[in-house]
Order: sequence, then C-alpha cells, then structure tokens
Amino acid sequence: MVIGEGKPIEEILSMISDKKKLLVVGCKGCVTVCSAGGKKEVEVLSSTIRLARAKDNNPIEIKEETLERQCDTEYLVLMRGYINNYDAVLSLACGAGVQYCAEMYKSKIILPAINTNFVGVTEKQGIWTERCQTCGNCILDRTGGICPITRCAKSLLNGPCGGSSLGKCEIHKDISCGWQLIYDRLKELGLTDAYEEIIPLKDWSTSRDGGLRRIVREDLTL
Amino acid sequence: MRAEYPASIRIVRVPCTGKVDIVFILKTLESGVDGIYIVGCEEGNCHFMVGNIRARKRIVKAKKILETIGLEPERIEMFNLSAGDGVKFVNIAKEMTERILKLGPSSIPRNAVIMEDIEEAI
Amino acid sequence: MIPESKLSRLLEKGEFVVTSECGPPRGTNPETIKKKGELLRNCVDAINVTDNQTAVVRMSSISASILLKQMGLEPIMQMVTRDRNRIAIQSDILGAAAHGISNILCLSGDHQKFGDNPKAKNVYDMDSIQLIQTVKLMRDEGKFLGGDPIVDPPKMFIGAAENPFADPFEIRVPRTAKKINAGVQFIQTQCIYNMDKFEKWMEGLRERGLHKKVYILAGVTPFKSVGMANYMKNKVPGMDIPDELIQRLKSVPKEKQSEEGIKMCLETIDRLRKIEGVSGIHVMAIEWEEKVHEIVENAGLLPRPVI
Repeated sequence: MVIGEGKPIEEILSMISDKKKLLVVGCKGCVTVCSAGGKKEVEVLSSTIRLARAKDNNPIEIKEETLERQCDTEYLVLMRGYINNYDAVLSLACGAGVQYCAEMYKSKIILPAINTNFVGVTEKQGIWTERCQTCGNCILDRTGGICPITRCAKSLLNGPCGGSSLGKCEIHKDISCGWQLIYDRLKELGLTDAYEEIIPLKDWSTSRDGGLRRIVREDLTL
Repeated sequence: MRAEYPASIRIVRVPCTGKVDIVFILKTLESGVDGIYIVGCEEGNCHFMVGNIRARKRIVKAKKILETIGLEPERIEMFNLSAGDGVKFVNIAKEMTERILKLGPSSIPRNAVIMEDIEEAI
Repeated sequence: MIPESKLSRLLEKGEFVVTSECGPPRGTNPETIKKKGELLRNCVDAINVTDNQTAVVRMSSISASILLKQMGLEPIMQMVTRDRNRIAIQSDILGAAAHGISNILCLSGDHQKFGDNPKAKNVYDMDSIQLIQTVKLMRDEGKFLGGDPIVDPPKMFIGAAENPFADPFEIRVPRTAKKINAGVQFIQTQCIYNMDKFEKWMEGLRERGLHKKVYILAGVTPFKSVGMANYMKNKVPGMDIPDELIQRLKSVPKEKQSEEGIKMCLETIDRLRKIEGVSGIHVMAIEWEEKVHEIVENAGLLPRPVI
C-alpha cells in the first residue's frame, strides 16, 4: 500500500493561517491502514488545529469528513454539496488523492496534510517499511523476491558494493544490505548460480523517467 | 478511612485506560478544561494486557502535539496505581491540582457542549 | 592487450607493476594536481585519479587525468556511476579517450550520504559491472549503448575495484568472476590489512583459474598514526583492520608511529609479492603522496621499468 505520515503541525498551521472555514478530508484507503489519513487522524488533526487557533484567539470552523477514497471521482464528487462553504480543503489523502481532489474542484484551494513516503508494508504495528519503487518493470524473479532497486541504497542491479558489512548497508548500521538479503534468499532457494548472471542495464523508461505513466485496458474501458 | 480529593476534579470513567484515545484528550482540552490526567492500573497488571501501556504512549504523543502548538504539555499526565490504593489516588489528585494551579487557567475558552459530547462518546 | 595503455603493456610483459593515486583538489589550481603527479613520477607506473571520492566535490577526475597525461604521466581515470547517467558516461569516455586517457577504473562510488552534499539525488542509471560492459562494448564492438556505431572507438584498458573484506565473504570470488565476465582486465583491491582473508580470497580466485584472466593489483595504505588507523577501522566503510596491527602501532612512541606504519606497509608488500596471482601493488598513501617514493624504493621496486 501507499505509506504516508502527517506533516508537521507548524507547516499545516502556516498553510491555513488565513483560512477561517476549513474542510478536513481523510481517505479510507491506504492512509487509513497506515494511520496517516483516516477518520481518526482527521479528528486528531482537526482538534489540534482548533486548539492552536483558539489559543491565539483566532478560532477556525472545521468540517471533518472521510471519503471512501480520494483517487476515484465517484467518492470525490460527494463533497460537491458543501465544499464551497469552506475557504480551503485540507486533504489527508496520498499525493494522488490530493491532486485528484484538486482536479475535480478547480476553483478550490486543496492543501496536503500528509507527506506521501513510499509503497510498502506494515512490518509491525506502528512500523512501516518500503518494498517497491514502482519502476514498472519487475525483476523480482531474478533476485529471490527481494527488490535491489528498493533495498539497495545505490539501487545496484549487480551488488553488493564494497560497503556491505556484516549484513548491513554502509549508509546506516540499522539498514540491511539489500544484496546480502538477496544472496541469503538465493542460497535458501538453492539458486546461488543465478547470482553470477549479470543483470543487464535497466530500461528506466517504464519508471518515472518515461513521463506520466498511463495504463489503458480496452477490455475495461466504457 | 475517608480521604477527600479536590472538588475541582471531574471523573470520567473508562473501562480501561487503553480506551483513552488522543482525540479524547485533545477534545477535552478544546472544552476549556485546565488539565487532564489519566489514572490507570499498575503497569504489568492490565486486565487487557497492555491497555495502560498504550495509554502512556498516547499521553506522550499528546504532550508532543501540545508542545508543537504552544500549549503546556504539563497540563496532561499519566499515573498508575492499584485499584485499592485510595491514599495514592488522593495524593495524585492533589499533586495534579497543585500543578494546574501553578500553570493557571488554560488559554482555551470554555465550551460545555464539547465536554458533553466526549462523555457521550466514551 | 590495449597498446594505447602503458599499464596494459607492462602487465602483459609480466612486470610487477606499481600504481598509486592522486585526489584532485577542491579548487581550480592545476598546480596542486601537478605537484602530486610530480611526486609520483618515476616511482609508479600509473596513477589513479579519484572521482569525487567519499562523495565530496572536487575537480573532475577527467580533467585532473588530462593534466597528468599532459605531464607525460599515465593516469587511470576513476569513474563512478553515482553522478552520471548512461548518456554522460558514454560522452565522458569519448572525451577522456580524445585526450589520450587509456585506463579507466569502473566504480559505483561512495554513497552521497558520506559527502558534502548528502541531500543530492544519486543517479545509478547503471552499476559498476554494467559500466565495465559499457566500456567494453564501446571499445570492442565500436558501438554506443543505443546501438549506433562509434567513429573512432575509445581504447581503454578496463579496471575495477574489489573489496575482499566486504560481506558476504563467500560471494567475493563469484563477484570477481562476474566482473571478469563483464570484461574487466585489471582489479585494484581495497587496502589490505587482514592478510589471511586476502590470501583466502586469492586462493578462491586461483581455484577457478580467475587469476589468469585478470591482473590483480593489491592495495596497500600505510598508517600515519594510531588515530588514522582507528579512524579507518571505525569510519571507513568496508575496512578490515585486525586489532593486533593497531596494538603494534600503539606500542611505539607517537613520533615513531608513522615510521612503524611504513615498516608495516613494506612487510605487507613483501608478503603480497609472494602470492601467486598478484600482478602488482596499488599504493594509496592518502594525502601522503611524498612517501610513495620511499615505500616503493624500500620495497625494492625501483627503478620502474621503461617501455
């Protein structure tokens, strides 16, 4: 899922400093699961904003909402009836949701309340880690199911580099060396011969480098 | 033994301190109260295993939020005691009352409606 | 053999070669690099020019290499894949070759976190093994990565680095094999302090006959002081410095430590020369270039062969 985390309160307060009526909108998708932008986070953030503004004798009126998703127009459209009663929308969705909201409500100021960090997993309750950089051309079949682009700090396709030490990456002692993980896994699978095959230069055009990515499924389009 | 705790304290009963979410603390402050403290069972003696530990972590987080918006984090606190320890309960109440008196009134205006909402929610 | 490269010709002839390195200056004065080059003239066969090592911005490796070449010295241009995409890499290889640079050392490069721009975006369009393949493709097939022919392809003797002390140890030989398959011709190693581990790595290479497919230049770095040894042990990624070496340095008075460090370095060189498959040494006297002559001379490796 998409993992995000709340922006610092100071940053949010400065974004809305001139707003008197605010619509705070969460999303019940990924950001609910990673506790960054669901119903509960909408409540906490709204309450925090009201406290901060009340303390400065500059009260703010807030409407709290949480949509099923913000990356689909069918849910965004539900705000149509009341969105214009507010000076701005503070969205707790991921970057996609914030933008899609802004695309639908062109005359409204849509502000981001969270930073969108990565595509990852819940490692433990309260701990999330990255797994995928959405390069658009998966090579997990060659690397024992562990992604070198994500797990190696240099994204080496033929690692590890000389900085791998006792299973850790040279950049931080708490970060596992991605290539140590890959090699260990290949060993478990009895596939160490695969390690000596050179992975060729990657086609990055399926990644961000190819411009805005788009998928069209003719069997699904109306 | 009949010990008395200060009359300015209003008790909100919860089944376990694990029930106390950050949003309740923030909303209670929004109602204009001057301080809040959570009294849970001794750590290691939670009927629900870790309810009081979760509560403590949430209090830490709530204090951080207050700090970032310039409200005194000392207005909220977490205490632990065993259910039979009435003396400690009174001592905690007195200690917290003294602390709040020193801090003075909250800068948030009173709003009775919010407090009623919270009690209903809990 | 790559006739354009003196290093290649010497190794082909079976000479035990000596290389060293120069870090380019953090400024524009060409005299700085020339001075370092002059200190190394007549005592080494080729000089590595580092490419923004430890991710700290310096004069470019390519231009510092050109300056050495103009002095009649033999540069080994280091190139990291951290800062350039495949377009810039191919372009820089052409440019270097146009200036007569005929040795390249293919590296991934230290992570930018260690340098003076930790907020930089790294490139890593390719890794060091793919860089080896790229240079080989350009040289041997006369082609760009895009498939178009190169008019006058670059003639480069292709090198890479290897750290026998990095983990996991068991892939260090397979990894060297991977680089050989990619087309590497010489390998310079990380500074050797743990001789047992190095010998084990060499044994692994010999078992697979890899020492006959690539020239191994064993890396040495003399300790200046206990402080430097401790710094390298604890702060430099991928270093393996046994405690007894530090104890030995500590056992001599402070003013004698650099002398002891050089003595230890000479003993290491002596042992390295006896190992089958070691074709030369790479003396990395970090900001201590003036000592290289003394080390090479006392190791009995002077005069250097003329070719």
